[in-house]
Amino acid sequence: MQEGAVLEMRGICKYFPGVRALQDVDFTLREGEIHALMGENGAGKSTLIKVLTGVYPKDGGEVHIRGVEGAAVIRSPQDAQNAGISTVYQEITLCPNLTVAENMYIGRTKGAVTNWRRMNSGAGKILESLGIPASPRQQLGSCSIAVQQMVAIARAVDMECKVLILDEPTSSLDEQEVVKLFGLMRDLKAKGVGIIFVTHFLEQVYEVCDRITVLRDGQLVGEYVIEDLPRVQLVSKMLGKELDDMADIKGETGGVAISQEGAPVLEAQDLCSSAGIKPFDFSIRRGEVNGFTGLLGSGRSECVRAIFGADRVTGGHVKMDGQNVKIKKPLDAMKQGIGYLPEDRKGDGIVGDLSVRENIILAYQVMKGFFRPVSRAQAEAFADEYIKLLEIKTASSDTPIKSLSGGNQQKCILARWLLTDPTYLILDEPTRGIDIGTKIEIQKLVLKLASEGKSVTFISSEIDEMLRTCSRLIVMRDRKAVGELKGDDLTQTKIMATIAGGDEK
Amino acid sequence: MPNGIAVDKQGRLKERAAMSDTTLLLTITIVVFFILYLAAILFLGGSFTKPQNFLNILNNNASLIVLSCGMSIVMITGGIDISVGGVTCLVCMTCAVNLEQQGGNMLTVILIGLGIGLAFGVVQGFLVAHLGIQPFIVSLAGMFFAKGMTTIVSKEPVRVTNEGFLAVKDMRINVPGLGAPNKLGVYIPAYVEVGVVIALLMVILLFCLLRWTGLGRAFYAVGGNNQSANMLGINVRRTKFLAHVLCSVLAGLGGVLYFLHVGSGDVANGAGDEMNAIASSIIGGTLLTGGVGNVIGTFFGVLSLNTIKRIVASLGFDEAWWSNITVAAMLCLFLVIQSVVLLRRNKK
Amino acid sequence: MSAPVKNPETQVRRPDEPLFKRLTRQQLFIPVAALALLVLFNLIADPSFFAVSINQNSLGNPVLSGNMVSVLDNASELVILSIGMTLVTASSGGQDISVGATMAIAGSVILRMVCGGQVTADTMQTPLILAVLAGVLATMLCGAFNGTLVAYFKIQPMVATLIMYTAGRSIAAWINNNQLPIINDLGFKYAGTFLPGVPVPTPIFITVLVILAFWLILKFTTLGLYTQSVGINANSSRLNGLDPKLIKLLTYVILGVCVALAGFIRVSRSGSINYSRMAENIEMDAILAVALGGNALSGGKFNIYGSILGAYVIQFLTTTLYKYDVPSTALPAYKAVVVILLVVLSAPVVREKLASMKKAPAKAAKEVS
Repeated sequence: MQEGAVLEMRGICKYFPGVRALQDVDFTLREGEIHALMGENGAGKSTLIKVLTGVYPKDGGEVHIRGVEGAAVIRSPQDAQNAGISTVYQEITLCPNLTVAENMYIGRTKGAVTNWRRMNSGAGKILESLGIPASPRQQLGSCSIAVQQMVAIARAVDMECKVLILDEPTSSLDEQEVVKLFGLMRDLKAKGVGIIFVTHFLEQVYEVCDRITVLRDGQLVGEYVIEDLPRVQLVSKMLGKELDDMADIKGETGGVAISQEGAPVLEAQDLCSSAGIKPFDFSIRRGEVNGFTGLLGSGRSECVRAIFGADRVTGGHVKMDGQNVKIKKPLDAMKQGIGYLPEDRKGDGIVGDLSVRENIILAYQVMKGFFRPVSRAQAEAFADEYIKLLEIKTASSDTPIKSLSGGNQQKCILARWLLTDPTYLILDEPTRGIDIGTKIEIQKLVLKLASEGKSVTFISSEIDEMLRTCSRLIVMRDRKAVGELKGDDLTQTKIMATIAGGDEK
Repeated sequence: MPNGIAVDKQGRLKERAAMSDTTLLLTITIVVFFILYLAAILFLGGSFTKPQNFLNILNNNASLIVLSCGMSIVMITGGIDISVGGVTCLVCMTCAVNLEQQGGNMLTVILIGLGIGLAFGVVQGFLVAHLGIQPFIVSLAGMFFAKGMTTIVSKEPVRVTNEGFLAVKDMRINVPGLGAPNKLGVYIPAYVEVGVVIALLMVILLFCLLRWTGLGRAFYAVGGNNQSANMLGINVRRTKFLAHVLCSVLAGLGGVLYFLHVGSGDVANGAGDEMNAIASSIIGGTLLTGGVGNVIGTFFGVLSLNTIKRIVASLGFDEAWWSNITVAAMLCLFLVIQSVVLLRRNKK
Repeated sequence: MSAPVKNPETQVRRPDEPLFKRLTRQQLFIPVAALALLVLFNLIADPSFFAVSINQNSLGNPVLSGNMVSVLDNASELVILSIGMTLVTASSGGQDISVGATMAIAGSVILRMVCGGQVTADTMQTPLILAVLAGVLATMLCGAFNGTLVAYFKIQPMVATLIMYTAGRSIAAWINNNQLPIINDLGFKYAGTFLPGVPVPTPIFITVLVILAFWLILKFTTLGLYTQSVGINANSSRLNGLDPKLIKLLTYVILGVCVALAGFIRVSRSGSINYSRMAENIEMDAILAVALGGNALSGGKFNIYGSILGAYVIQFLTTTLYKYDVPSTALPAYKAVVVILLVVLSAPVVREKLASMKKAPAKAAKEVS
């Protein structure tokens, strides 16, 4: 082991059926440092954490922990705890119905009898020493999320861990709460604990972290000292484009269908929803392709969900073709000719056990009405038409959609919305997790639709895809629209700078 | 949701915010019970003013108190067990047949009761905890199995004439200071049956179990959040299994108490008691979703439920069906309240 | 869903698969196999079980009688219930355990209407159709009550319907002031016994009509697709413009209609009612029928024809058990064992274990070669 290291992971490999989730990843955590683990979705951050905490068994590599002879064997979260690795997950993994003190001690105190007095005084001391504003006797559920998160950390701290993993602990905290959390993290750092910090918020990384390890597509991009890696560099490393290589790709694809003429098809003002985005304005013209960009969690999905009525709209106005419309639920949007391909394909998109045919006709059928079912023959015809058109690879239209590959599932959902002949189509991450060939097909399709006069909003984590398809980009950061780029501003450099915000080096 | 930070500055406010759901619901239940009973005494008078009337609620429901406590424990872990009524019935019939036809005694009766309960608990607990089958389906089947088995043991009602048993059954434990003179001026002491003493003992014992033992707290943790409990290092499967075993053993004990009260085996014994137990638990502040509840609350839930039944009866609705409708109405009311509270909390 | 829902996996041709495996993959494999076992058992034990003869009933009409006729006849209520129960299961992933109690409500309402509030009546005081409609309305309300608790208050279906399960029979008694009305009008009993001059029991015709009606409903509305979609993925359904809550509620109301018809047949058989015993434990049979029909009790895809077949299998089992002198009160114990076996076999944990047990020898064989 290296001098000063508390944790070393060497050559970690993890395979899922058909996917290499982690390939030969190294990671080193030193004593008393806060180490950010960065990467876009699917980069392998959470897989690495889960391998380390024993949730997943690893397929290769070794883990060394200070104080453990040889390679550490971690088969369950329990083993990880015993080896001195404590984890605080994004979702709070405490019991809201128990008291703060109980949550700190349950499951790790031996003996059959609970000594409440001793437990409460012990918890009180720790809470006080960490400056956590909670009473040990308080029910956890009555604390704010931030305090709950800190109680989870207090539990981890009291277990005298050597390694503390914080997996996106700040996503549900407000600014003040984040400040408190950072104070706590610095205290722990001073005590010599090594902290792995996973977050999507760049600013936070630069505020507290000492070192950054970047992962991309399951592979290690590199480990950097924070001072050596300016923000724009970090974004480019996460997205996989070196700054120097960033030629404007738009020219290569032969131009984007640009339509800046005419009245907007859809216009939204001060729209906000229960999902917690700041009010934003939005408009799109006939034949236009635009997009929302920003890192994961920046609120880009929440924006389009608000437009489609998927989340409860809490304010703002929407106009379609200049007419005021009320979109309260998805059906309202569908009747206005809006289609929405959701980000979470499995949870919100496919109806897993139903056949490809039924999945394709679903939205069309719902718009047609309860008493006017699409006949079997017609459904068959529709399904076959789109299976052919989009080259969906399926044994038959009767195959359950869940047995198809991700890309083909996505094509079915696309077919579902194309069948409704929408005037405005929202595609939220249509290319995530699917093979490169299908990605290009989908991008081509988007441009084709625009040339046919449809309006499309396209969201993707991959900026070059957006550049290839969109003529206008709305940049989101921290649940707020922070900029709009079009024309000559549509370059990777410019986009990344806007996403990163702050210093533009 | 009261904010932990804002509240922390003032010591008093903090303690109030610290009141857990369990304590809050318990308080409500106890208050509701006293209001009900006071209202009955003030507006209905009559028998409600006599202490013996109150003790009779205990005498008639000793078995239900034990059943409901078991039910609460399963519900605290997030499960449900509707086989308790059936188990009661089966225990009564088996005990009656044992005493009458096989020359059993009090000891064998108790062993039979606990044994049947244990058997049901182990099987149901295994199916729920280790095979992940819905507790409702499992215990529904358990209920039908118990009821079917009862008629296989004996189709005809069996009256017990065993003297040793009858001596225990008719034993009256006088409660000092609560008696009253009758019309002839003879002092009639107020009494409770043996079963009540056992039931009260169980309530205290289970209260201690839930409050001060690791297992008890594990029940709450598992009910509060399954996965979190697992992450916190609790063996979720074992905890669920033990909850079901405990519930069924208590159902067996409840069967013995029921048997002590009625002194006969009959296929109608304990009919609907699973419902009464669930209703008592819910009224007593046990959340159907798990994690919140208390056997003291359940005890008062049983009292409230039966007080209401008596009130309804003394208002002139004394036909049997009114009692069922009352139970269902109470259950519905409390379920909807819980659901609304939960939905609102989730929205926040 | 226009045509019967077939298990799509079976439609992918896998010529290399052995016939037996292809058969067991079929959704209807379990009920058909169970039926075959029962038939075989009865054929071996006593072939006279299947004898059908024409006898004269008490009115002097020639009627068909025999165990098979009684299976088809007595299964009627269960078949009708199992259709509604299938829909409820599919949409909400839970079952309605109040169907027996609400059947009693339907029966009570119908009897009160035809008896005009009297304890005994020799002729119907209200046209039969009105009485039945009143019964349907009553159980639709019960269904709406259950459905509201499930869909809008998000209470687990079985717990929500526990309320009606407790109160239902008492409400039924209350509707008739706890009297047991008896109707002696022969016209009332046609539905539960025989139409004049027809040797086949009327419930069989009613059942066929109901099945036909549901076939038409599933063909000419999108009920099937919506129900399954909501049951499989409520989020996704909502984003496709469906209202999952409303659809769940709808299935409970439809079950209410089924319950009323079943209740009508049941009271029509005797012209009287016993509130606490009428259709006792039928909810258990209905749930069992759904499970036996190869439908997942956790909801999603369904096949009402499987449930219907399952219902007949259960009645077949019941009739067989009766023939061998198992008392009716002990039947639940036997059925409980069947239920437990079914749920254990369909539990994911057990399935995985079985699958790995099957795979393990295959792997071992490969490694050797």
